[in-house]
Amino acid sequence: MNNEVETIEADVLIIGAGGAGMRAAISVNDAGLKPVMVTKSLLGKAHTVMAEGGIACALGNVDPQDNWMVHYGDIIEEGVYISNWKMAEILGKEAPERVLELERYGALFDRTPDGRIMQRAFGAHTYRRLAHIGDRTGLELIKTLEDQVLHRNIPFYDEMYIIDLIKKGNKIIGAYGIKMDTGQTFIFRAKSVVIATGGSGRVYKVTSNSWESTGDGIGMAYRAGVVLRDMEMIQFHPTGMVYPPGVKGLLVTEGVRGEGGILLNSKGERYMLKYSPQKKELDARDVVARANYREIMEGRGTEHGGVYLDITHKGPDFIKHKLPAMYQQFLEFAGVDITKEKMEVAPTVHYMMGGIEVDAETEKTNLDNLFAAGEIASGLHGANRLGGNSLSDILVFGKRAGDSAVTYARSSKLEEIPNEAVQAIKEYVMHFFREDGKNPYELIDRLTTCMSDNVGIMRDEDHLQKGIKIINELKEEFKEVGTKGGLRYNHGLMGCLELGNMLVSCEAIVNCASMRKESRGAHARSDFPKKDPAWKANINTLMDEQGNMKFEVKPAEEMPEEYKAYVKPEVYE
Amino acid sequence: MSDDISVKVFRFDPETEKEGKYVEYKIPYVDGMVVLDTVRYVEEKIDPTISIRWNCKAGKCGSCSAEINGKPSLMCKTRVDEVGKNITVAPMAAFPLIKDLVTDVSKNWDIARKIPMFTPKEGLEKPWRINPKDVERSKEFKRCIECFLCMDVCHVVREHFTPYFGPRHIVKAASWDMHPLDGLDRSRMLNEEGGMGYCNITKCCTDVCPEHIRITDNAIIQEKERAIDRQYDPIAMLIKNARKKEKVVK
Repeated sequence: MNNEVETIEADVLIIGAGGAGMRAAISVNDAGLKPVMVTKSLLGKAHTVMAEGGIACALGNVDPQDNWMVHYGDIIEEGVYISNWKMAEILGKEAPERVLELERYGALFDRTPDGRIMQRAFGAHTYRRLAHIGDRTGLELIKTLEDQVLHRNIPFYDEMYIIDLIKKGNKIIGAYGIKMDTGQTFIFRAKSVVIATGGSGRVYKVTSNSWESTGDGIGMAYRAGVVLRDMEMIQFHPTGMVYPPGVKGLLVTEGVRGEGGILLNSKGERYMLKYSPQKKELDARDVVARANYREIMEGRGTEHGGVYLDITHKGPDFIKHKLPAMYQQFLEFAGVDITKEKMEVAPTVHYMMGGIEVDAETEKTNLDNLFAAGEIASGLHGANRLGGNSLSDILVFGKRAGDSAVTYARSSKLEEIPNEAVQAIKEYVMHFFREDGKNPYELIDRLTTCMSDNVGIMRDEDHLQKGIKIINELKEEFKEVGTKGGLRYNHGLMGCLELGNMLVSCEAIVNCASMRKESRGAHARSDFPKKDPAWKANINTLMDEQGNMKFEVKPAEEMPEEYKAYVKPEVYE
Repeated sequence: MSDDISVKVFRFDPETEKEGKYVEYKIPYVDGMVVLDTVRYVEEKIDPTISIRWNCKAGKCGSCSAEINGKPSLMCKTRVDEVGKNITVAPMAAFPLIKDLVTDVSKNWDIARKIPMFTPKEGLEKPWRINPKDVERSKEFKRCIECFLCMDVCHVVREHFTPYFGPRHIVKAASWDMHPLDGLDRSRMLNEEGGMGYCNITKCCTDVCPEHIRITDNAIIQEKERAIDRQYDPIAMLIKNARKKEKVVK
């Protein structure tokens, strides 16, 4: 390993350059402090780019009855009453301003006939609420923020893989990383740190997530002593591509259903009329995903193991205008013309509602001077996220995390980085270089298969116990993984490092899933099919003194009386 | 198609080797396979030290740009059954090589910083209103995923040392210039500082764009015409200035 470590100083270090990280960096810069942003992929390639359907914000442009209270109610109800109510309120109130800000930054939203920002319908949103740019909303969001970052001359280091956070007492004081394209190692010293590294979707075999979503942030935060919550809550998007195999899991936007697409089984039945007579195809994602799963499991699936999604009745002009990326995606990957043929789709792992527990208003974690925002943070979405809320989440809470990091940085100083901490991280990296190491990708393959087979859309204790057993075995085998070559652009090394982080997410997900003996939102159990009032609670995951994972159950926080008027009361069968 | 396919990948570590070479790998064919699947097979099953860059695997992020059988393409969007059983994969030649298929595209950030950002016209009433039809022109350019294949194929960028910004950046400028509420005109700046005159409209960039942006016709030629209007037709310039209240950036 190259012994010459370069040290970079910042007021605020931002780990991750998706929507949340970039919005946080803009806040820090505009407050007159020095941000430094690092990202595992190239600038502008983060998973945000994959978001399609839109940004949920109660602008009320199309349905004037909409307002933050209705949005709030939708979040709480579809999060099945274990969301952080304060975060839901903040999102409902602040999302419209963040969207208008994005417009001022240059984002060009689709328009209503009278020229205002267009809003489309999406699953379980009471009103048409999603501001959008066709079905490429994430691309527009990230390119718009990227331009702002570049013109503000915000320092960034892309293809920088952060291995661990560095701590002094209870305070985070920096991080250590490898710049993949040069092999150079870096120490970052910062007065505060924002972690915005996204989710862990790639711990599953079939997922809509980008390569980078391996839960690196979850791993490093957990090792530093951060408290995680709701890790069992994994969202399965109802519609991922099933064919060809190379793109299995790739997202088919909910916008297809928002614009009138219907779901059919191989018998041609529109089965959502049976599962959800009121909301039909536009019910919450967990409901539609389980319906699709059941149709496939009960033998009414398609040739490639999916169900049909049909939008042909809308006609070619409408489809090419409203869903241009979907039209192109099916034509180019599957050879299917969606203006003439039905799409084949099946559930795919899409989003992690769980993650780092944060304070609702400041996004501060339980450690000092460490903040989290975006998919890696938890609380807002409870047991199920509504489509379009992730893009408003990253803007609203990305900004707030940046603002809070500024406040903390102003009253902090740069700390000396202890040599032992750096040495320990170096040794961790170096121990992977060996001649006889096991191939990390072979273990990753077994891990992701285990997660899809045992901790999937429908869970039961037998499978979860099997999952726990396999994960424990893989944790042992992880001690023997290794690679050859050097530090520069070495995917073998990346595989080793990522696997270590993926194991943290998996262990938390499977154990929390086993503990929660009920079905709530995205967490569905065939052995406990009903919702249980005793489980109106959140499960925290953290490290105990011996370095083992421990879990704590705590009741969900009650919202103030006056807010209950915005929400339907919770009903138990 | 069945059986194995042959993929020859350019392997070169400029730090330790004098020159690169093509290494052939045999890959079992899977129905619907794309070229990215083949090089990932090498990475995961044969040689994990191979350097490749990819992320979304869905044609949305623009990370996995390479030259496949000589044509600049996204690896994730190139189906094996379209290019045949003998595939050659090389890095983009217009950018400095880091290792194997990975190149250093960071000079694009320097160029991007030179193009003035979106600058709304003054005195706009809030909330902004835009006719739905006026969104369309800029929208085409905003489809760009920054794969930089247009830069790679452009002979001006690739073979000549000129100040030319390159097609991606003209597209970027055009996306702002054709934003209905933008108050600047970047055409003169593109011509003078950005060397747009070096583009001799061979349309190679349009041919390789995975987002099917008509780069030459709709962005470069439009900006060239604007620039010429500004330069040689002062009356047209005055009329346009009066009508659009655009500030010309030098």
